[in-house]
Amino acid sequence: MGKVFKFDKDVDTDQIIASQYLLFPTIDEMKMHTFESLNGEFASKVKPGDFVVADENFGCGSSREQAPSVLKALGVKAVVAKSFARIFYRNSINIGMPVIVSKELYDVVKEGDEMELDLENGTITTGGATYSCTKLPAKMQEILDQGGLIASLDK
Amino acid sequence: MGHTLVEKIIGNKVGHEVKPGDIVTVPVDWCMIDDIMVPFAVQKFQEMGFAKVAKPDSVVLIYDHFLPATQVDDTRHFRVGDEFAEKYGIKNIHRTDGICHQLMTEAGYVKPGDIAFGTDSHTVTYGCVGAFATGIGYTEMAGILGTGELWVRVPESIKVEINGKLPKNVMSKDVILRIIGDLTASGATYQSIEFTGSTIDEMSIASRMTMSNMAVEAGAKCGLFTPDEKTCEYCNIPFDDSVKALNADEDAVYSKVLKYDAKDFVPVLACPSLVDNIHPVAEAKGTKVDQVFLGSCTNGRLEDLQTAAAILKGKHVAPFVKMIVTPASRKIYRQALSDGTLQTLSDAGCIITTPGCGLCCGRGGGILSDDEVVVATNNRNFLGRMGTSKVKIYLASPATAAATAIAGTITEA
Repeated sequence: MGKVFKFDKDVDTDQIIASQYLLFPTIDEMKMHTFESLNGEFASKVKPGDFVVADENFGCGSSREQAPSVLKALGVKAVVAKSFARIFYRNSINIGMPVIVSKELYDVVKEGDEMELDLENGTITTGGATYSCTKLPAKMQEILDQGGLIASLDK
Repeated sequence: MGHTLVEKIIGNKVGHEVKPGDIVTVPVDWCMIDDIMVPFAVQKFQEMGFAKVAKPDSVVLIYDHFLPATQVDDTRHFRVGDEFAEKYGIKNIHRTDGICHQLMTEAGYVKPGDIAFGTDSHTVTYGCVGAFATGIGYTEMAGILGTGELWVRVPESIKVEINGKLPKNVMSKDVILRIIGDLTASGATYQSIEFTGSTIDEMSIASRMTMSNMAVEAGAKCGLFTPDEKTCEYCNIPFDDSVKALNADEDAVYSKVLKYDAKDFVPVLACPSLVDNIHPVAEAKGTKVDQVFLGSCTNGRLEDLQTAAAILKGKHVAPFVKMIVTPASRKIYRQALSDGTLQTLSDAGCIITTPGCGLCCGRGGGILSDDEVVVATNNRNFLGRMGTSKVKIYLASPATAAATAIAGTITEA
């Protein structure tokens, strides 16, 4: 089980990790600034295994792969949103972080709720109820299963 | 069944017909890597263990976001890029020539029908010449460097048809902002936008670039214009049968069609802090501004500077307004220098800077503080984009920007 951190629609990549931090040479140096403009406590409060749950169009804006990378580095298990911007979506798969589409979840959970994700069966359990979520296309599942694009290209 | 323009471009490259939803592996004609992402792409390339770059001549490195450097360690990105280029035989490097998205067509790389990927979301700009171009992350870029190819999902297409003559004070920026407002920030996600109609036919390549550049603000994968004689003249290629074939079929299938009468467009603003928060300039009239920014890959071209100069000629920006002008490339800078445009802008009190991404990505000079207001011609007004998250950014056309600078309050040209 992990805790839910909830975000609105159209969260852009500048809000996930602002451009002034892209200068830092490593993701570990950037990650403490994740979501700084939206939730200054996020980086210190999130624990490995927690979830980011968002409304429509999560990760819109720039192509910065640092956006999914800082979330992964903080231990976020998956981002579950009503929909994703395309570059963020591809980048997440390529770095091996699950991005799950659920039209229902955002409307039924609140900040701090506990939830569990079953990737294999495409289900989310929270508050005693189970919701189905979209599975990835085969090509993407294959990359994700192998731990991202680097591992996938090695095969 | 007929094909859309993006289906034809991808189909030509893979050698068979494609339809939306197909996942195909495409050869990559151009890879653009900008200075911010260079060290990350190089690191991933090394982690992948490739011995060589598959197609060194297809790779273009462009230093623009950090130029001139404003923070200690920015120049590390240039060193990493230079070393990588030297080691792997990459000859196409632009160190001080301007913004990547301007240079990729201006310097003669991307042509109609090409497939290009870049480590920046505004790579969609090259759709202005009828190329399939989109932004990717640095790990995928490292994969292309090593393999020369990438898988793509063939997108559905949205057709935007505009006919007639635009009102005098309306620029292509006002047109694309209105379209983004109508589609919303996610309305074209995963899709291709095709721009057609007599208004589009009449537009300069520079005006089309403004529109393809912002297609991503509606979530689009690409924003395409059918290449015509103007395109070929700009790209310095003949308008031959291979270019003429890059045209959507009459019976192509679209997920959505938006039709506009050009005379219905008015000057608009994207109000804080979403690009789809579109309102007529008239609604915000009188709002006091602290700064005006004219530049970026969206609106830093010669016609943009000339439009602003025509409005500012013989006048002066309001005493409390800092108007920053950043040409998109050195070529544009020199053209604006020799035709007197920069003289006019300087006489009017503008601050003219070196070509580059500058203020648009919050890295160049002109960062703002809490509660300050900026009217800017670039493509994003996200929270914190040009300073603190309490800065109010209004996106506008160069004409609106110039008129606003003179008045010191938001004003229609």
